Order: sequence, then C-alpha cells, then structure tokens
Amino acid sequence: MTVAEATSSGGMARDLATEWPLELYDVLKAADIRQMSYVPDAGHSTLIQLFGQDEAVTTNVLTTEEEGIAIATGAWLGGERSVVLMQSSGVGNCINMLSLPVQTRTPLLMLVTMRGEWAEFNPWQVPMGQATEAALQAIGVTVLRAETGAELVETVAQAAGMAFDADQQIAVLIGQRLLGKKKW
Amino acid sequence: MAFPTMDRRAAVSRLLAARDGALVVTGLGSPSYDVHAAGDADDNYYLWGAMGGAALTGLGLAQAQRDKRVMVITGDGEMLMAFGALATISVAGPTNLDIIVLDNQHFGETGMQSSHTGRGIGLDKVAAAAGFAETAELRTLEQVDALAGRLREPAQGPRLFVLKITAENLPRSLPPRDATFVKNRFRAQLGLSTC
Repeated sequence: MTVAEATSSGGMARDLATEWPLELYDVLKAADIRQMSYVPDAGHSTLIQLFGQDEAVTTNVLTTEEEGIAIATGAWLGGERSVVLMQSSGVGNCINMLSLPVQTRTPLLMLVTMRGEWAEFNPWQVPMGQATEAALQAIGVTVLRAETGAELVETVAQAAGMAFDADQQIAVLIGQRLLGKKKW
Repeated sequence: MAFPTMDRRAAVSRLLAARDGALVVTGLGSPSYDVHAAGDADDNYYLWGAMGGAALTGLGLAQAQRDKRVMVITGDGEMLMAFGALATISVAGPTNLDIIVLDNQHFGETGMQSSHTGRGIGLDKVAAAAGFAETAELRTLEQVDALAGRLREPAQGPRLFVLKITAENLPRSLPPRDATFVKNRFRAQLGLSTC
C-alpha cells in the first residue's frame, strides 16, 4: 500500500470501523504533524507504514518509548509538531520523561494502543494495561479514550487542537476492543 | 596510572565561544551549570530534570531546524541513562547534531559515586559501534580548541565527543528554573510563537 493508494478513498466514504487508521493519518496530516516516533504495535502498523513513506514527515524508530517524549519536546522547541505512537506497556517506560513536556508546558500528542483490558490472552499485559490511565494522569497528562473508529478519529482531531493550540500534554488511548483480538 | 583530565568550565567555555550560531541543549546538573557559567543565552535550552532526555531533545530539535547546528552538552551519567538513544540517533542520522559528553566518570551531583565510564565503558566507543559518523575521546584543552574548529565543518552524520574532565564540584551557576520561560525564550529567538 502506498500513501496515494491509502489516502485515495475513490470518492467513497470510508468505513471507520475498519479504515480508521487511514482517516487518522489524514487527521494528523491536517494537524501539520512533521515528526512521528514509535515503538511498534500491530494496531499502529498502518500509521507507521504511511508516515514512513511520507517524505514530509521525519520518523524515528525508538529503543524505548520515553525517547519519543524527549524527541517531541525538541521538535516543538524547533517549531515542528509531532506525534508519539506506542502500546500501553510503553507508557510505564515514559513516566519520568513526561515531566519534561509537563514542566515545560510543551505540546504533546501520544497515541496509545491498549493491551490487557479486553480479550487479552497474555496475562503479562494486564498490570501495565490496567495502570496506564492512572499512571498518565498521575504525572499530569490528560487522558482521552476511544472505543470505536469514528470516536477515535474525532478524538484525535480535537486532541491535536488541544495539544498544539493550548499547549497541553494529551494521550489518546485506543481501546483494545476496537483493535480486535490478537491472533496467536 | 592517572590519565590527564581537563577543567570542565574552561572546556565548555571554549566550545561555546566558537558555537557560531549552534543551538545548545544541556543535560541536568553540572553541564547545565557549566553552560550557564559561560554566559546565559536565549539559544541555550537547559534541562533541570528528565534524565536521559538531553540528546533526544537535541535530535527532535535538529530534525526541526535542519539549517542550524545543534550541540548537546551533557554528562556521562545522563548519557548512560540514554544508552539506547545512541542507536536511535544513529539510525535517524542527523548531520547537524553533535553530542558533547562531559565525562568525570562519576555521578557528581549525588555524592561522586563512580559511574560506568570509570569502570571501562567508553561512550565514544559505544557511539562509534552504533554508527556515529565521528567520535573521539579528548583529554586536553588544546584538543577541545581543535574540536571547536572541526565542529563548524559539515558532518556526515551525528558526532559524539567525550571530554574527560576533572571530577570536582565547582560553585554552581544556576540557570533559570522556570521551564516555560526557558522554552518560550528559546522559541522566540527562532522566531516561533510563544503561546
């Protein structure tokens, strides 16, 4: 799939229940996202692929999620908007680094795919999955959640506005129910 | 056998005197004090926390400001916490990002406990293995003067230099602790809005 193919809906409205990743890409482009960093998750794979092919966006693959928080802070210092993609397990890695955008009141937009909360096969995902929202709120990040594709697209669009226009630190949690059961 | 080390304030002062428009990001603790002691400036971005974040803040900044050179000045402890960042930065491959590690081989802010770099880990060698374009270990101010000149030349990729400094706690020179003030001041000198 190329960016052109993915972003061309051929005049047909997208089915957001399944094509929300394509719509999210459009929403983030409309928000003028210029840098994207990530630790991969299956739920983010389409976004990672689309941004990777987008020459107008710098992408960084991370060794640990907290790196993305610092990169996003530096990007804003230099005048660019960014988004950080991770799985809920990665939120735990980010906590102290989140003091950087929180204390400097730097815009931050994180998209977090949830594990450990719905049809979870791997019990090791449950502790951090259950702690994700509380951990983010404890360090001062505003948490929004979406459970359907349509809800997610709308939530990310307004979260980008809140982050970049109001200097907020926002995490959008993408419900595991929306992502579907992982195939083993 | 004791190898020579250099005065940290003199080393930083020489690098900054030759910064030639470089944007500077500092790691928490003594590197922030060293840079502040050399002269406060709008294009200095001081960290007071977020240990492990200096080099990556520099990466995001370098990616957003490709026409400017970014110099991260941090300590061995701070860089050790960002070990993986050396892989991330190498893969990103910015040609306008230089990392200066002020290496006293100790956690100076917390009681001078010995760090990994005093026990055989060479951050310049780690960076070289990760694929940095240029790396070196420096032990004298004369070498720093030569480096200051070399930093102004175009790079093929990210560069990292370890400056072996004397382990001592100098009088603190404290940068502003108001993080939004420092952020807004930094953005303003780039012509960016300040919210």
